[in-house]
Amino acid sequence: MEHLQTLTWTDAWYLAPEVTLSIATIVLALLDLVLPRRINRDIIGWLTLAGLLASAVFVVWLMFDFKDLEGAAQVHTLVGGSYRIDDFGNLLKLVFIGASAFIVFSSLGTVRDEEIPIKGEFYYLLLPAVLGAMVMSSSGDLITLFVGLELLSITSYILVAARKNASQSSEAAFKYVVTGGVASAFILYGMSFLYGVIGSTNLADIMSGMQGAMESSEALIYVSLFLMTAGFAAKLALAPFHVWASDVYQGAPTPVTAFLAVVAKGAAFAMLYRIFFMFMTYFTLNTDGVMKHDVFLALAVLSAAAMIVGTAGALRQRNVKRLLALSGVANAGILLIPLALDLTRLHSSVFSEFIYYLIAYAVMNIGAFSVLTIVARSAGNETISGFAGLYHRAPWTAAGMTILLCSLAGLPVTGGFFGKLFILFATVQTKTYWLAAILLVTTVVSYAVYFSFIRQMYLRSGEVDSGLRLSWPAAVSIWLCVAGTLVLGFLPKPILEWIDKLFELPFDMLVS
Amino acid sequence: MLDNVPILSLITFAPLVGSLIVLLLPGQRSQWLRITAIAFTVIPLALTLWLFAAYEPSVGGAAYTEHETWLTIPLNKELLQGFESSQLRFDYHLTVDGISMPLVILTGIVSTMAALATVHIRKRWKTFYVLFLLLLTGIYGVFLSRDLVLFFIFFEVTLIPMFFLIGIWGYYGREKAATRFLVYNGLGSAAMLLSFLLLIATLGLSATDSQVIFSGNYDVLLANLTDPQAMANLTADQAGAAEFLLNDNMRWGAFVLLMIAFGIKVPIFPFHTWMLRVHTEAPPSIVMIHSGILLKMGVYGLIRFGAFLFPEQLHDWSTIIAILGVINILYGAIIACVQREFKLVLAYSSISHMGIVLLGIASLEEVGLQGAIYQSVSHGLISALLFLIVGSLYERTQTTQLDELGGLAKSMPFMSGILLVGGLASLGLPGLSGFVGEFLSFLGLFGSMKWITAIGVLGVLFAAIYVLRSILSITYGRTPEAFENMKDARFIEALPMIALAALIVLLGVYPSILTDLMQNGFNGLLEQLHTRVGG
Repeated sequence: MEHLQTLTWTDAWYLAPEVTLSIATIVLALLDLVLPRRINRDIIGWLTLAGLLASAVFVVWLMFDFKDLEGAAQVHTLVGGSYRIDDFGNLLKLVFIGASAFIVFSSLGTVRDEEIPIKGEFYYLLLPAVLGAMVMSSSGDLITLFVGLELLSITSYILVAARKNASQSSEAAFKYVVTGGVASAFILYGMSFLYGVIGSTNLADIMSGMQGAMESSEALIYVSLFLMTAGFAAKLALAPFHVWASDVYQGAPTPVTAFLAVVAKGAAFAMLYRIFFMFMTYFTLNTDGVMKHDVFLALAVLSAAAMIVGTAGALRQRNVKRLLALSGVANAGILLIPLALDLTRLHSSVFSEFIYYLIAYAVMNIGAFSVLTIVARSAGNETISGFAGLYHRAPWTAAGMTILLCSLAGLPVTGGFFGKLFILFATVQTKTYWLAAILLVTTVVSYAVYFSFIRQMYLRSGEVDSGLRLSWPAAVSIWLCVAGTLVLGFLPKPILEWIDKLFELPFDMLVS
Repeated sequence: MLDNVPILSLITFAPLVGSLIVLLLPGQRSQWLRITAIAFTVIPLALTLWLFAAYEPSVGGAAYTEHETWLTIPLNKELLQGFESSQLRFDYHLTVDGISMPLVILTGIVSTMAALATVHIRKRWKTFYVLFLLLLTGIYGVFLSRDLVLFFIFFEVTLIPMFFLIGIWGYYGREKAATRFLVYNGLGSAAMLLSFLLLIATLGLSATDSQVIFSGNYDVLLANLTDPQAMANLTADQAGAAEFLLNDNMRWGAFVLLMIAFGIKVPIFPFHTWMLRVHTEAPPSIVMIHSGILLKMGVYGLIRFGAFLFPEQLHDWSTIIAILGVINILYGAIIACVQREFKLVLAYSSISHMGIVLLGIASLEEVGLQGAIYQSVSHGLISALLFLIVGSLYERTQTTQLDELGGLAKSMPFMSGILLVGGLASLGLPGLSGFVGEFLSFLGLFGSMKWITAIGVLGVLFAAIYVLRSILSITYGRTPEAFENMKDARFIEALPMIALAALIVLLGVYPSILTDLMQNGFNGLLEQLHTRVGG
């Protein structure tokens, strides 16, 4: 056993984004406590936003700081490699912070006391949740990863229950606690086998100990991987582990639903990539056996099942939040594809595809959920018919929503289109044609899903004739999402080049 | 004179500019909106005519080619043996040649006439014209672009506006028609995209000393196809390039996917049901675009990608395609004979006429291929004319059921006369454009498949039956009382009718105006066929 390292002051500097969020959480929690009741809790929302942005500034600072040293990618490891400041983590952190900031911003002035009685908590509890997501994207140790996962999960359970007076919300929270707990247990159980065989929880140690472990106890590694796969599949709501998603998404307040769909899902992917990318590379380079075949196949089948079940389920769904939950299931399947592809082919780094689609997914989903919040409010329900006649009531919002839906459906020229195009190209290059075919067919079927909104908006007349009231932060964030979707569609190049420049397998994924 | 003007980009994006201008105009001023929209269909028409005047078939479109790198996307840098970088590259590549030129002109003419025919649109003008112009940008882009991804994007760009144009402004069953349109064409696009990516991943690959580039450029694909040194043509044991080998199975896979993709668009039986609904449910000005131009995108795709990239496969399949063509011809023609709805007669007649195009393609002879394009242009003009009249008729009579119509020659002599011209052209009367297209297509195929051609020609017989039956029952017979005092065509309706009829006559008596254009268009393909298939 190497002796434990402790955190030094210089190390703390590298943790600035995380520290900022923790301090903001504590300060805002106290502030919420001492502020008189009559003061509108939107002030806490604004301060939450400020905390997120401050943290983002530190992340960007660290990214540039690295580049200055040698020109090449740098990794800074803390506490014996259990915490890693690298470009993989930083990129994902930016996505998570940005997405959360959008969610907070669009909630300002939109979320009312009647809906979320504990508005102060709702805002500041997002901060530890984001912190958890950041830890998950930035850890090099199974224990740290798991701590991040639990931090995110537990705060999410509370956030889901934020509509204190609605029984649906409590029911959703309870279901989420149970399924989330089971998923965590699966992951932890799988990890325990790894630790048992290799004797370390450090990812770098695990990578170097793989050879020996595979020779001595291949079966245990096999069991471990499959337990973890099942656990992550449940966290990511991949079919057939997706059933909780519809209920939880429906019961949660809409901004929280957006948070679950984007940040919680993205963070689970980050953790999955951290752990699995290493295995996948190891299998690709070192073995030809049944295990390699099974692991790749399991991931591919999970992703195919998610795409099929998610799309088919969404087809007949009238409740918009349940529909978006199922669309999230299908999209999780798409996001899993890059990991499930055999890396031996020329097209070896599939990370750009993943993160590009994740960004596109985040932007279009947050936009769609923001529109949904406002439309559902004015219609009084969350069914798809609430969108009826939106074109007549608010033509610009309808146009914006149309662009977001086109992106969700993967039609050009949007971020969703290019994201799917790159992933599809990777599947074709690795000759995984069956997966490509499923991706394409489910995409076409999903046209019917997303165009049912468009049908309501443009071809039906609604019962409400008055215009739509948008708070200015909501309007700004919707249009930023629409603009983001279009920019991702027209100019994917700078973003992809940037990702490519930042990300290097040997540094970021412990592959050597 | 045209040297430094990016004329192809101007043609493609002028409607898009128009659509943005329409977006800024006040929504209540229908006149302003209409005039702006018409102006922005006339601009590309004028540019295409200018291009037509300056185009020299012997030189080709090289002078007008616009070629810029649009996107280069770094793929990866690790695990690459001996290469520094690997890129995915999509180009902004527009050009024109003898095959696309006639279709671009057709687009210019039909779209302008359709814009004039939009007087029948009664609601939401602003949204209508925005979508209408957006649709045109997509169509021009499809015919002009020479990069697979760019082509695909333009192809998809036509989908979304069409969905709205059918769904909002159509007749009673519009929503179903729009959804069906979207799903069928979406499936076609999916097949096309898979095939395209397969080609980019193999044929599109070119490697220099330090770089690997996957390109979507059509010229690169075409060059790599015949280059024995290209990675896609190296066998597995050569240079360990098995990853990029485009083997026979993959070729066939890509070819069949393309056939499905464009076959749905044409449409080839049994993929035609969506198109019947669009014909009957969409507003007439949109059917003019749909039947007049959009179906031709399928023909264009079959020739541009099916024939030029896979001549061997197409050669092997030529009998199957010819048989499919004959099925289209006879199925469409026979069913058209018993329809009671005039729009359905025209829809089935379109299926029948597109079958003739298939025969032309199946011939793989210069005459036949020219016939296919000629027939496409001619059918585009004829069906645009017929649907223009349908729109004007429906506005007055509120019906297109053959039983309820009759004796219109008395109250509307002008429109009935033009209808007769369109009908005669459709049944292939010599002297009108329909005859030339059919003749060339049949002639091309006759050399290789005499029996199939002979059966196909029967379709012309049926055409005479269904055309005369329906037109006579509209124009002659007893006039229902309600129709006695109908007004004949207004000037704004008559103008496009006269223009289209005149063009049909012009193409009928002076075919070389188009065939000269196409003269060198097929040279490359035919050479390839002769060397690779051996005649």
